[in-house]
Amino acid sequence: MFRNQYDTDVTTWSPAGRLFQVEYAMEAVKQGSAAIGLRSKTHVVLGCVNKANSELSSHQKKIFKVDDHIGVAIAGLTADGRVLSRYMRSECINYSYTYESPLPVGRLVVQLADKAQVCTQRSWKRPYGVGLLVAGLDEKGAHLYYNCPSGNYFEYQAFAIGSRSQAAKTYLERRFENFSESTREDLIKDALMAIRETLQGETLKSSICTVAVVGAGEPFHILDQETVQKLIDSFDIAGTEEGPAAAPDSAAEGGSAAEGGAASEQGAPADEGVAPMDI
Amino acid sequence: MESIQAKQGLVGPNDPIQRTQLPYVTGTSVVALKYKDGILMAADMGGSYGSTIRYKSVERIKPIGKHSLLGASGEISDFQELLRNLDELILYDNMWDDGNSLGPKELHSYLTRVMYNRRNKFDPLWNSLVLGGVKNGQKYLGMVSMIGVNFEDSHVATGFGNHLARPILRDEWHENLSYEDGVKLLEKCMRVLLYRDRSAVNKLQIAKITEEGTTISQPYALKTFWGFTAFQNPTAGAEGSW
Repeated sequence: MFRNQYDTDVTTWSPAGRLFQVEYAMEAVKQGSAAIGLRSKTHVVLGCVNKANSELSSHQKKIFKVDDHIGVAIAGLTADGRVLSRYMRSECINYSYTYESPLPVGRLVVQLADKAQVCTQRSWKRPYGVGLLVAGLDEKGAHLYYNCPSGNYFEYQAFAIGSRSQAAKTYLERRFENFSESTREDLIKDALMAIRETLQGETLKSSICTVAVVGAGEPFHILDQETVQKLIDSFDIAGTEEGPAAAPDSAAEGGSAAEGGAASEQGAPADEGVAPMDI
Repeated sequence: MESIQAKQGLVGPNDPIQRTQLPYVTGTSVVALKYKDGILMAADMGGSYGSTIRYKSVERIKPIGKHSLLGASGEISDFQELLRNLDELILYDNMWDDGNSLGPKELHSYLTRVMYNRRNKFDPLWNSLVLGGVKNGQKYLGMVSMIGVNFEDSHVATGFGNHLARPILRDEWHENLSYEDGVKLLEKCMRVLLYRDRSAVNKLQIAKITEEGTTISQPYALKTFWGFTAFQNPTAGAEGSW
């Protein structure tokens, strides 16, 4: 009856000055399983939760190495994420062919954002349905950026995206002030803790998460499962009974209708209401 | 019939495309070296039209961006075109407005790509280029030839300088040259070149680049002494050759 009249294509403004299709694309980011990133002066750590589509399938890769000095973690449509990672790889490789030096992270992020922006202004295109956490190192130090389907980008000390990312954000917000002086090991520990926050009581195991590091003297690489498991064990943070931490966070997330609809495994009722537009 | 007509013009419609050119106005050697605080580069200001030294104030050393100096021998117009090109490159680099800037290493690599690319089109830029600079405390000095051959070294020279200046540099250069000693060494090289390279003129510039920035000297002349017996009787040691 009262359908939204302003959301059938990307280029149509609502009278309130909003672009619904772009906002829907940003919802897609919230549906994906969580990805987190945090940085010190010298290192950036990316982490993500791996969810298999079914018991019978493997999970999809959510962290990609772009170059020796840059990597990304994605949340949302993995297919879009792969296309954008390939674009980033080719930009890096072209830059280092021409200048024999690594592409500054900030530049790559702007190029990526400009690419996403074009999709918000063309009637025959659709915005990318993926959010990217870009971790990188350049002569100015370590950087962490978030790239959004809207074409916006932000630099962060620490950030989390994807489903139940609010819990991880809350954790990171409590602790981020110490990150810039953190050691590499402490960053990884905080990354694992932040990932755990998004699990809602599930046990943190190396089989359901991926961690990657880039830093001074350390090219971007994904830690192998064995190493991650050892770290989880040594930090003693598997934490099955994290009741108090999980409960309020999931309540906070409850405000977002799409987030509930996302977790198909949870069998949460699909909320058919208008997607929340708060960014 | 067509082919006869074609032969009458310089380039006929059916002739193969000929991009390979001959240089018109050329500059001679560039000599450069690393010294304690950065890079010193010297080049004279002659521009030769064939073997006629037709121009006497051609600037062949130019600053590129904040951290680099470019010196060129060979076709002057190609060098000027390259400068226009690099100006645009630096401009677009600045327009990112993100605090990053191309250093000497990046520019050297870029020039290598440009030169090699042009030679692969059989339309080379007819230059030997010397690129020197300092960025983040790192001194950099390299060369690119007109076909894209490139290397780095502690001292370099193009053209005749390769034969006449580099042996001197190999004997006398060392890592800790002071500015004064560096200039003296370059002047020694330039003097030898002036004596023995017919395209050289006695009006040169010496440029300096350090972490603080670039300075290019006003043109000046070297003191010369033409009274050497070898100069007065040049054929004495090569009887019957000419």
